[in-house]
Amino acid sequence: MREVMTGNYASAYGAKLARAEVIAAYPITPQTSIVEKLAEFVSTGELRAKFIPVESEHSAMAACIAAETAGARTYTATSSHGLTLMHEVLIWASGARLPIVMTNVSRAMAPPWNVWVDHMDSIAQRDTGWLQFFCQSNQEVLDTIIMAYKICESARVMLPAMIIEDAFILSHTSEPVDVPDQKLVDSFLPPYSPELKLEVGKAMGFGSLVKPDQYMEFRYKAMEAMTSAHDRVLVVEREFKDVFGREHGGLLERYRCEDAEVVLVAAGSVAGTAKDVVDALRAKGQMVGLARIRAFRPFPEQEFKALASKVAGMAVLDRSYTFGAAGAMFTEVKASVYSNQKRPVLKNYIAGLGGRDITPKIIEKIFEDISVISRRGIEDEVEWVEVAGLPRRWK
Amino acid sequence: MTKSYEEIPLTPISNTPSTVNLTGLWRVVKPVVDKSMCKKCTICWKYCPDAAIKLIDGEPVIDLLYCKGCGICSFECPAKCIVMVKEG
Repeated sequence: MREVMTGNYASAYGAKLARAEVIAAYPITPQTSIVEKLAEFVSTGELRAKFIPVESEHSAMAACIAAETAGARTYTATSSHGLTLMHEVLIWASGARLPIVMTNVSRAMAPPWNVWVDHMDSIAQRDTGWLQFFCQSNQEVLDTIIMAYKICESARVMLPAMIIEDAFILSHTSEPVDVPDQKLVDSFLPPYSPELKLEVGKAMGFGSLVKPDQYMEFRYKAMEAMTSAHDRVLVVEREFKDVFGREHGGLLERYRCEDAEVVLVAAGSVAGTAKDVVDALRAKGQMVGLARIRAFRPFPEQEFKALASKVAGMAVLDRSYTFGAAGAMFTEVKASVYSNQKRPVLKNYIAGLGGRDITPKIIEKIFEDISVISRRGIEDEVEWVEVAGLPRRWK
Repeated sequence: MTKSYEEIPLTPISNTPSTVNLTGLWRVVKPVVDKSMCKKCTICWKYCPDAAIKLIDGEPVIDLLYCKGCGICSFECPAKCIVMVKEG
């Protein structure tokens, strides 16, 4: 059934259709309407789940960890400072190998105080061992939640996943969303049944102490799991397409990249704007494309290697900045193509922090810039876009 | 003996409670109670962070299998009847 809904409601419907059994959450702007909607589903009986209103995000994740250990399918949602407060327990969730699924409405970190889109909160959790999916549309949010449970609960993965929605641009903007039939979702996603779980009457401690002689083997296993998640993402998306007739591009969505000379690399809602710009420039005969990072973890390294051998320039747009280095997406793209025989010119554009609009005009200028430097060579690797006081004009 | 990564579970699982770890082995100094001076106020029992003090007839008895020798009981005792003595 097609309905008009916000990204937040798409998240709530995703968790409901996946039949989350325990939801523990703490409200934070702009995530609140996700858990409000889920609380409504639970109170009306539309969703049979235990809803735990906790006193902090740290507790929300702790409650999900406990419930998931006992074999329940769990869901939570947060944003920004809530996510970063969870940081410690995020690492616990992945180390304990619990396939929890969470929506993070990606929002700027303070100060300066700001509630608008920015990827710093999500990027800061890169090393926690969670799969990370950046979404472009509300439909993708709903679909990715359902897919994420199937990817993460498979025996070879057993890791948690974070579904990233851009604050306000997705979270509070309404779009037509196909809400699939519950029976179809049930046929696609079986109930969660882990091989090992905490059971009443059977005392067990999970995640207990190991000494230096055994610690690395557990980390090695988690590494293998994240590596095999790469193929699981592709397999599960193919299955999803068979059932629901939709797909979202695997780990790296390539839009008009086949014969592109230069490509823009971006993640999240800005990809929608970028596709329009690509279409407009293609109509004028320019050979441009978009590579949308859908999965930031596991990182689509092979996909980037293949793409890099075919293009002259790659403009990597980061909606956050890693102080002392560059944008995190840029450094990852750069690292992944280093061993290629043929390497394109790479440049990092820092744009749209704290909810500043990334307009079609700006994307056009980025394409113009990367086209020029892919012929002439690069001067500065990292450029901040549209900062008052800097000489370059972007509008 | 280090086990291969293929032989271990996803996360370490223990089927014994943490009481199997006799943390009293960590101790360098141990509390010794002079019962003649004890007023049975139970403050030591309340403050012990390891619950290693049992009350028998209202008087403290230290469980040396778990007492780590932190000395909080000795510091808090108003009657000054608990002294910390270096282990053998």
